[in-house]
Amino acid sequence: MKSSIPDSRFWAFVRKEFLHVFRDRKTLLMLFGVPVVCVTLFGFALTNEIRNAKIVVCDYANDDASRQIIGKLAASREFQLQNPLLDYNQIETAFKQGDIKMAVVFPANFNRDLLHLNEAQIQLITDASDPNTATALSGYATNIIMDYQQELIQLQGLPYTINTEMRMVYNPELKSVVNFVPGVISLILLLVCVLMTSVSIVKEKESGTMEVLLVSPFSPFGVIVSKAVPYLALSLINLTVILLLSIFVLGMPVNGSFLLLYAVSTLFIITALSLGLLISNITTSQQAAMLVSLMGMLVPSILFTGFMFPLENMPYVLQLFANIVPAKWYYIIVKSVMIKGLGFEAIWKETLVLLGMTILLLVVNIRKFKIRLE
Amino acid sequence: MSIIHCQLSTINCQLSIINYIKMIVLNNIIKTYDKGETKAVNNVSFEVGKGELFGLIGPDGAGKTTIFRILTTLLLPDSGTAYVNGFDVVKDYRVIRASVGYMPGRFSLYPDLSVEENLRFFATMFNTGIRENYDLIKDIYTQLEPFKERRAGKLSGGMKQKLALCCALIHRPAVLFLDEPTTGVDVVSRKEFWEMLKRLKEQGITILVSTPYMDEAMLCERIVLIQSGKILSVDTPSTIIGQYPERLFAVRSDNMGRLLSDLRNIEIVKSCHAFGGYHHIAFVDRIAFAGQANFADEKENPQNALLHALENENHRNIEIREITPTIEDCFIRLMGNHYQPTANGFT
Repeated sequence: MKSSIPDSRFWAFVRKEFLHVFRDRKTLLMLFGVPVVCVTLFGFALTNEIRNAKIVVCDYANDDASRQIIGKLAASREFQLQNPLLDYNQIETAFKQGDIKMAVVFPANFNRDLLHLNEAQIQLITDASDPNTATALSGYATNIIMDYQQELIQLQGLPYTINTEMRMVYNPELKSVVNFVPGVISLILLLVCVLMTSVSIVKEKESGTMEVLLVSPFSPFGVIVSKAVPYLALSLINLTVILLLSIFVLGMPVNGSFLLLYAVSTLFIITALSLGLLISNITTSQQAAMLVSLMGMLVPSILFTGFMFPLENMPYVLQLFANIVPAKWYYIIVKSVMIKGLGFEAIWKETLVLLGMTILLLVVNIRKFKIRLE
Repeated sequence: MSIIHCQLSTINCQLSIINYIKMIVLNNIIKTYDKGETKAVNNVSFEVGKGELFGLIGPDGAGKTTIFRILTTLLLPDSGTAYVNGFDVVKDYRVIRASVGYMPGRFSLYPDLSVEENLRFFATMFNTGIRENYDLIKDIYTQLEPFKERRAGKLSGGMKQKLALCCALIHRPAVLFLDEPTTGVDVVSRKEFWEMLKRLKEQGITILVSTPYMDEAMLCERIVLIQSGKILSVDTPSTIIGQYPERLFAVRSDNMGRLLSDLRNIEIVKSCHAFGGYHHIAFVDRIAFAGQANFADEKENPQNALLHALENENHRNIEIREITPTIEDCFIRLMGNHYQPTANGFT
């Protein structure tokens, strides 16, 4: 078994696998088209300008300063002022009715505080269920307020400060696009490894070539390993494509170590490959393999990885369930390394969990491995 | 001198007995599916000698593929033992896998790889190259060579089978297992295929081949007739035909459909089966029929009696002639009443 791994048969097999992939346009499209489309689509969604966002003002001060700022907000292209609210408590109702993207709250005595204490507060409340818009809007509003502050300083020569207090409602953690790239990476790697490996092995079972391969001196285990290697290579290429896109198209750099990122990704790819292998072991048709891969792997990964739907908001049972989804741990690792720029000391726990899962899956695979047709 | 010669010939004779090496042995093999519900192979035993071209003949669902899979170590038998080239199919599966060639029933090459790529791939899998055993596949491969750049999926049915045979032969196996290699292949290609098998046999390769086509049975040295997982007969095709106990007649008329039912209603006809252009009939045993009055007159010639009977039923252009039984006749007789043949035999 061991002796058959790095020999000419192995490389002939790997070469054959690559030929399969490169001669099938559908596979190629899925391999490289999907990640490119995903990343660029979200990249453009990210850079989309926001115009005429409906905002609402709750002005307890109703003095010169507050009116001037409201005037500036109303004059900007970005905002479209709705009827002012009289009570702070009405804000939530306004958000719930829809339309409203942001609320600006001036406390009573705004102007007086500004003039006498040289410091005043404005509260910006945004609906962070749409995190992109929320950040963009509060950014625009802060700029406008800062402009006013500058004008005031130049006019009066005194160090006035207006503090803007941000409050996010509905999604205070501001899960947003920066989290998207790590999410896409986890999903694409899963898609390529689980779906493609299981389908390509089951395809050989279906077409009868597996029968011929089994009745050869090449060990069945060798067949599986040689199946896995091309997909490992393709997945790493895919990872590179996504990273390049995110760096050069989305302008989102990798803050941590590339080496660490690739090392951990390789581990995750092996986890996914073992999952694919397990699926190919229990299914006999390509459709079944595809269905199990999509419904059994991809859907839970989308749901329970935490990048589309925050895990914190889920019922406790589902949060517990999320722990057995490998993509969840990989997502945390990629986020830490890519965005926060953390080193191995910050992610060793998650890496250990992933390693444990991989070993478990490999053991199950070897135990369940079929050297015959039954 | 002549004494020495005589002795030599005895030695030769003894040698040839010793030379009968059992390459394939099955002892009481039973294989069931669906947790014992369906018996695919029911107590099957037979032996194949070295260099034999041995046929497994039976309709779809007879258990041919299961026997192949047990012998190629792909399935485990429920009970019984089997040996290929002296090795146990359960314990020594690795040795067997390295020394046999197997061509499964369905097309089992990579359709997206070219002819040459397929051959090269399978050669490498068996630790060999195309050149090493080129003489063995030369006859077949020269026909494929003009298309070597073509994807295997785009080949015709006959060409596909030739390529699959090349791939199964590339490592010069001791035993070649061919599961229905000619199913779905045109008549000319089938003929060519069997000629190739004969040449391979001459090279000393033991061949076990299965087919649902009864006419191909005659091309094998020995055959086993199998039905519903049970062996009906094991022998040379001519012996099996020679054992057919009755005289057989072929009958035809203008209205073949009505003729079949009429023949079955005539008392002197013992059995009647449709065989393409003719119905094959056997007459009842005369002794058993001695008491019947209308048959007594025509005692000497049952054909005349039949002719009369059919003319009375308004059949025209009646033709009755005696024929040698075919393997299919033998098969139907051995099966007894379990089988209703179709116009095209088993296909």
